[in-house]
Amino acid sequence: MEFGFTTAAYVVAAVLFILSLGGLSGQESAKRAVWYGIVGMALAAFATLIGPGQGLWLLSLLLIAAGGLIGAYVAGKVEMTGMPQLVAAMHSLVGLAAVLVGFNAHFEMGHVASILAGAPSALNAAGLDVWMHEQHLGTFAALIAHKAPVELNILKVELFLGVFIGAVTFTGSVVAYGKLAGKVSSVAKKLPGGHALNAGAAIISVLCLFWYFGTGGFVPLAIMTLMALFIGYHLIMGIGGADMPVVVSMLNSYSGWAAAAIGFSLGNDLLIVVGALVGSSGAILSYIMCKAMNRSFISVILGGFGGTSGPQMEVEGEQIAIDADGVASALNEADSVIIVPGYGMAVAQAQNAVSDLTKKLRAQGKNVRFAIHPVAGRLPGHMNVLLAEAKVPYDIVMEMDEINDDFPDTDVVIVIGSNDIVNPAAQEDPNSPIAGMPVLEVWKAKQVFVSKRGQGTGYSGIENPLFYKENTRMFYGDAKDSLDKLLPMID
Amino acid sequence: MKIGTPKEIYEGEARVAMTPDSATQLQKLGYECAIESGAGAAAGFSDATYEAAGVEIVKTAAQLWKSADIIAKVRQPNETELKRLSKDKTLISFFNPGGNAEGLELAKSKGGNVIAMEMVPRISRAQKMDALSSMANIAGYRAVIEAGNNFGRFFTGQITAAGKVPPAKVLVVGAGVAGLAAIGTATSLGAITYAFDVRPEVAEQVESMGAEFVYLDFKEESQDGAASGGYASVSSPEFREAQLAKFRELAPEVDIVITTALIPNREAPELWTEDMVNSMKPGSVIVDLAAEKGGNCKLTVADEKIVTDNGVTIIGYTDFPSRMAAQASTLYATNIRHMMTDLTPEKDGKVAHNMEDDVIRGATVAFQGEITFPPPPPKVQAIAAQPKKEAVKELTPEEKRAQETAAFKAATKRQVTLLSVGAVLMLLVGAVAPASFMQHFIVFVLAVFVGFQVIWGVAHSLHTPLMAVTNAISSIIILGALMQIGSGSGLVIVLAAISVFMAGINIFGGFLVTRRMLAMFQKS
Repeated sequence: MEFGFTTAAYVVAAVLFILSLGGLSGQESAKRAVWYGIVGMALAAFATLIGPGQGLWLLSLLLIAAGGLIGAYVAGKVEMTGMPQLVAAMHSLVGLAAVLVGFNAHFEMGHVASILAGAPSALNAAGLDVWMHEQHLGTFAALIAHKAPVELNILKVELFLGVFIGAVTFTGSVVAYGKLAGKVSSVAKKLPGGHALNAGAAIISVLCLFWYFGTGGFVPLAIMTLMALFIGYHLIMGIGGADMPVVVSMLNSYSGWAAAAIGFSLGNDLLIVVGALVGSSGAILSYIMCKAMNRSFISVILGGFGGTSGPQMEVEGEQIAIDADGVASALNEADSVIIVPGYGMAVAQAQNAVSDLTKKLRAQGKNVRFAIHPVAGRLPGHMNVLLAEAKVPYDIVMEMDEINDDFPDTDVVIVIGSNDIVNPAAQEDPNSPIAGMPVLEVWKAKQVFVSKRGQGTGYSGIENPLFYKENTRMFYGDAKDSLDKLLPMID
Repeated sequence: MKIGTPKEIYEGEARVAMTPDSATQLQKLGYECAIESGAGAAAGFSDATYEAAGVEIVKTAAQLWKSADIIAKVRQPNETELKRLSKDKTLISFFNPGGNAEGLELAKSKGGNVIAMEMVPRISRAQKMDALSSMANIAGYRAVIEAGNNFGRFFTGQITAAGKVPPAKVLVVGAGVAGLAAIGTATSLGAITYAFDVRPEVAEQVESMGAEFVYLDFKEESQDGAASGGYASVSSPEFREAQLAKFRELAPEVDIVITTALIPNREAPELWTEDMVNSMKPGSVIVDLAAEKGGNCKLTVADEKIVTDNGVTIIGYTDFPSRMAAQASTLYATNIRHMMTDLTPEKDGKVAHNMEDDVIRGATVAFQGEITFPPPPPKVQAIAAQPKKEAVKELTPEEKRAQETAAFKAATKRQVTLLSVGAVLMLLVGAVAPASFMQHFIVFVLAVFVGFQVIWGVAHSLHTPLMAVTNAISSIIILGALMQIGSGSGLVIVLAAISVFMAGINIFGGFLVTRRMLAMFQKS
């Protein structure tokens, strides 16, 4: 009866998780959706705890509570600009947990095998069952004991796969965290040998799989884990900062697949379902991000920008600077304003200043909107979250496709800390590394102000012809300081 | 070299092609300047002010023509003047080359160079020397002033102690430079202004000047002004009828009509017919800026002001710029000065008549004993042509249905292919894998499928919360750890405990962060 209850609880939990993801289709329903997720998780954990063959539940509860305290503290403390790092860090936890659970499955398998070997040989199958039951094994161990040799082999593969993906996720997420938090240089770096190293490590892992298949020992599993850890590290080190949105969603996807693989080896359907949900969600997000940059997933994963076929267009002209007075007077005269935020706004923590500016301009009856490029920031939807934090109403925050046609009718565009996503070279220069990437066509507006620290190039290191256009003025300085200077001048 | 400006011979012409200011600028280009005594008097520039600017005063026109290398004047030169032209002299003036064949022949026989100011191409670079525009600007302004002078009421509506005054209604026909200037002047005086033009693309300019554009209820491939160098061209009879009908409707309402419709090298089109004049209120005023070319109203008498039987004043003056001689001379002299700047790239006081230059080539009508009119079309388009509207073919219902069926068939085919490939793969896996695996595998495939269906619907702005939620629920891995923690072996318990702990962080951290984020999304 208890087992039936667990399964029923799992079904309910799975439905709740699906509703939880589906509810994110709108801002209002999302608030409800997150509760579905919480209830589903609580139900699943509870059902497992009281499930058959469960022990040490007090320790389990204590550990969950302790972890929960830390999690709650971190979640309460984190700045919204630090969200990408946090998400990456949390992915690494899931990856590591998957590796450990996979190891455990391996040990259990060995444990069960040794018990089986010690069983009296006179017993028939039914008798063996009874005898096994008397050995006080856990649920999982009992499950293994029932497996036929073929099933055991499949179990090995699943386990192996789970550990592999988990290990890649773990080191990958740690590196991603380091890059996003600025603790590791975000420039794409590769060890000598490049992709050959990754390929080598992957081949060794496959060989280990066969070895493991044959012997069932821990050594091949350990070697493979080391290889996977290396792949995760090296793969993400080789990907530059601008591709981080793809990396984070890709790691998200991996952590899901790892959970699904572990679910297979544990024979737990809920793990499989949720793992698959998370895995496909991350995969779709990665796909959307790649499409927004007009790049194939493979080329992002392999790191760096693809080779270009010729010299890039020379940029002519000069960048003309302007001071806060000039920007203020243009804003005071403008009827329609579009603000294009980018990662620079997040770095400068300027979202509140932007929000204040928006409020002031809107109070004067001007049409103020935000244009968000799909890959602005370091996380999918990063800018939306920052603007939401600063209490910018979400119905004036537009996606690229919604607003791109409106630039020609716009008086003033303010570009705050974005670069590649407003680079006209993507459309004009077929030799540009970002050629063909959909960009926000800000240069079609009557006037463009670019708030930027200095004259340097953006993340991808590409010269931006926008800064040299006749209707562009450069508003140098830290985004937050610049906006704070600007605010009192808007009347 | 020396630039000279004679007194205008044409009767009533008060403008002058050189002002003391422009002379100072010309001297900076390295030229000497000379002017016929009294040339600027009618425009308010005395000989003394010229002298003060370093301009040589020459007694007679003959002397001036003889001593100067470049002659700048305003009006089209007459025969006497042209006969004074000689080889290596350059004349800069309005010339009307399209209707002045004898003048061109005479210039050719004399061997002099002639630059006709009305031939300056209408491209951005040449705007600074576009004398037609600067004169049209003045004409438009002055037209409103003249109309006001002959109109017995205020332009602006007022409510006074002595009664209510309705605002004047002004209709401007033709929104070229003169039309736009007239619109601007009329609106700033407080009149309600309507404007009409055959080129619908100028509606935006009209509205930007504060007037209301009069749209016709007429469907026709509209003219693209860009094709004819920014000027209007002849319209179809049907269009004309629609236009006249609209005017007839407006005529009894409007107080002042200013017509500026001109088509290059043609007689002005008749737009304001006699019956419209008759239906207007007494005291109304018509200013016909096209009077020189026959007038947009056939009752117009060039250079005169007439009053019709029903008390409508029709003004047919052709010398509006000259009526504001000081302003007109300043602008015209500046146009000339800019032309000289382009002719003197080295700033060494020597003319380099570069016939490769689009602007100079276009304006030059006679060059070294050759007639160079009409010029070849300029290399630079005056105005960017409007992109031709893609003709969207109206599909018949049958075609539409056929298209839909085809699309449906293609989609079906694609899906069936995918499904069969998937099914074959499943069967292959099922053939080798044991049943227990297949059970889980089916669950897995269905879950992936559900995931794909659900995630596509997630709003772009919620991608970060989505990642946080999926991150939180990916800690479902805790189930595995919880299942193992009950197992006997010591190492397994330790590892499982660590997993439970980490997953715990993740669950709470993930969900709380998501909640925090979602709570921030607000609607105004």
